[in-house]
Amino acid sequence: MAFDEAKKDFNLIGTRPARPDGIDKVTGRAQFGADKAAPGQLHAAILRSPHAHARIKSIDTSAAEKAKGVKGIVTRADFATGLKGEMWNKLENVMAGEKALYDGHAIAAVAATSALAAKDALKLIKVDFEVLDHVTNVDESMKDGAPVIREGAAGPSTPEGMHPNVVGFYSSGHGDVDAGFADADLVIEDTFTTEATHQGYIEPHACLAQMGKDGKGEVWCCTQGHFNVAKVCGHLLGTEASQIRVTASEIGGGFGGKTEVFIEPVALALAKKTNRPVKLVMSRSEVFRASGPTASASMDIKIGMKKDGTMTAGRGVFRLQGGAFPGAPGTFTAMCAFAPYALENVSQEAYDVMTNRPKQAAYRAPGSPMAAFAVESVVDELCNQLGLDPIEVRLKNASREGSKASFGINWPRIGLVECLEAAKAHPHYSTAIPENGGRGVSCGFWFNHGGETAVSLALAEDGTVSLSVGTPDIGGSRASMCMMAAEELGIKYDDIRTTIADTATLGYNEISHGSRVTYASGLATIEAARDTIKKLCKRAAAKWGIDEDAVYWEDGFAKPSGPNAGEFEPMSLAKIASKMGATGGPIVGHYEATPEGAGVSFAVHIVDAEVDKETGSTSVGRYTVIQDAGKAIHPSYVEGQFQGGAAQGIGWALNEEYIYGEDGRLQNAGFLDYRIPVASDLPMIDTVIVEVPNPGHPYGVRGVGETSICPPLAAIANAVSNAAGVRMKSLPMSPPRILKALDEA
Amino acid sequence: MSQKHKIEVALWGGLKPFADGNDKVEVEAATTGQMLAAVIKKHPALEDHIEAGVSVAVNGRVIASSLTEPIPEGAEVVIIPQLKGG
Repeated sequence: MAFDEAKKDFNLIGTRPARPDGIDKVTGRAQFGADKAAPGQLHAAILRSPHAHARIKSIDTSAAEKAKGVKGIVTRADFATGLKGEMWNKLENVMAGEKALYDGHAIAAVAATSALAAKDALKLIKVDFEVLDHVTNVDESMKDGAPVIREGAAGPSTPEGMHPNVVGFYSSGHGDVDAGFADADLVIEDTFTTEATHQGYIEPHACLAQMGKDGKGEVWCCTQGHFNVAKVCGHLLGTEASQIRVTASEIGGGFGGKTEVFIEPVALALAKKTNRPVKLVMSRSEVFRASGPTASASMDIKIGMKKDGTMTAGRGVFRLQGGAFPGAPGTFTAMCAFAPYALENVSQEAYDVMTNRPKQAAYRAPGSPMAAFAVESVVDELCNQLGLDPIEVRLKNASREGSKASFGINWPRIGLVECLEAAKAHPHYSTAIPENGGRGVSCGFWFNHGGETAVSLALAEDGTVSLSVGTPDIGGSRASMCMMAAEELGIKYDDIRTTIADTATLGYNEISHGSRVTYASGLATIEAARDTIKKLCKRAAAKWGIDEDAVYWEDGFAKPSGPNAGEFEPMSLAKIASKMGATGGPIVGHYEATPEGAGVSFAVHIVDAEVDKETGSTSVGRYTVIQDAGKAIHPSYVEGQFQGGAAQGIGWALNEEYIYGEDGRLQNAGFLDYRIPVASDLPMIDTVIVEVPNPGHPYGVRGVGETSICPPLAAIANAVSNAAGVRMKSLPMSPPRILKALDEA
Repeated sequence: MSQKHKIEVALWGGLKPFADGNDKVEVEAATTGQMLAAVIKKHPALEDHIEAGVSVAVNGRVIASSLTEPIPEGAEVVIIPQLKGG
């Protein structure tokens, strides 16, 4: 779908009304995943593997079954058999089969009359493990002799002769890379690593499930995609998705981590076994050990540049571990790596590697931030050694409309140059760099996504509107949906109420991922409102006794289209709605589609950082985010997404990492030892919204939720490297790593 | 539905071994679905890769999954890995 010209004259779009869910959130009235309760509910707990890799020889639940309060226990035997491919992998992750594949892998689950009774009963389950050799490092996992996680997991793209832990491969590029390097005045080649991090959402995974003897189930859970929960639960329980109605609760953060399904099938299996509602809430430790952190990466980058800043060639090899299952986002890493640059000669390869770690999940723009870290670090070093301005060099080589992207397409209208120009013009860039400090700049790129979407918009007799969408509100989308519906209908923002409908109410809606909600649900909302307007005009035409084509809609009123149509008093939405029962029945607009016009998005970040060379600690002094939003519906939310991505990037760059011991067990499964940034670690994060309209959306919207985390790792690394006087090649740049780098310099 | 016409489809490098060493495939189609089916018919070894999920870029616009998108004559068409996000 393409819209020839984005709408430009707005009443509400671009303003900053109060969020409709704000009062519920600050008064505690909002219901999150763990807030739901049902009469007679049981509480569940999950027994998890203490080993990184072990064969499960037997599970004896007899003693636990007799424990006080225990009503049911499930193991893998209680789930569907015969699954293949993706759904088999999901089941294997939700409940271990023949082997425990990582520290924290679920082995069995208990439902009891209290959470304490369920936890106590776990201690009575006897598991006979045969402990196996393990591997948690991506490079080690690819070597000959590394423990094999699972034979036969490799996908069709994997080259022959690779270790069985290598399960996916991607390569692309164009031109003659070697000739490009030969043409350069300076070539820099280096290796970079990033560690796995967690999205760090406030709310642990939680659900309440029930399943009757009639085979019909209900789930209430915090998720980014409740339709997907129904689908996965249906497969894993051996029933149909349509038999499981799922309602999404309020969500305390997701950032990609709640696109996966971990506990809902377990709660449903226990509910089915006990014929009672079952509540299951992960502890923070379980979230770290057994939900989905990011992949970690090992990357080789080589870039050539002429003295005038022209980049002549780029090559990247990316190795990403995604835990004990296929799916590490190396393909995206490779595709995003050189996306900001119009290179005549470029090649990229990526390997998807399994290790004995939890299955990775998306974390805002999966795979892109680490790519930017590696590539943008080399670009920064080239600029330093050639004495060139980092923004001018990026402008000189920037991707733009019509230039060939590193992954093969010719770019449509994109906003990278506008972002770079805005960065160059920003006061931050012309301010002197603090003494003992360094400045870092980076570009970042993400694709964005459309996806299956259905929306319904119903009028009430009082002239207000109930808008039902199927995408959980993970970033303020209810406000944006209200604004877009009100803009089209010409009524007040407060007269729209947006609800996240359950899976039995709307057609299938894809997960809230890919920065798709404001784009896709927004587009569907606009089209549903336009469908409603047609019906409103028809009612007015019938009342006036004229052809419906002779009626148009303006500012909330049906009006005759001209003198020939007749002279009639404009009829408001509220007036038409008040009589709708007697004039043809309820008025409901709807729209269902898979919008395919999600516009890509670029960002540029500028960071000033200071490094204490005695302690190795870093402080981020000033931070500016410039990003193309296409059209900002509610600028405060857009700025919030920009700032959130930068804040999470600061954590990823400076402190956050999954630390595994020699025994393959996670050493820091809690916020005391896994340090996310707190308020005192963060500067004011300034934002600039660039608006290069996306022709695939009626208002020009581009998704903004993910691109904001693409540049920070690189921008901060460049600032720290420039402050410390030594190139930082491994994240996080925690004090010990900085001190080590300074010692080795 | 519009008439089928000749389309040159670019593949990502990793698919070359499954397309008899070609990085471009010429087929006749009018939509994304017809194009993918024609590519598989010409190079059956690509079926596993395409069925596992791909996206298609038509004149730079990325079509994540739709099989019904029209492909205009003379369009630049590139098969890329299937996109999703966080």
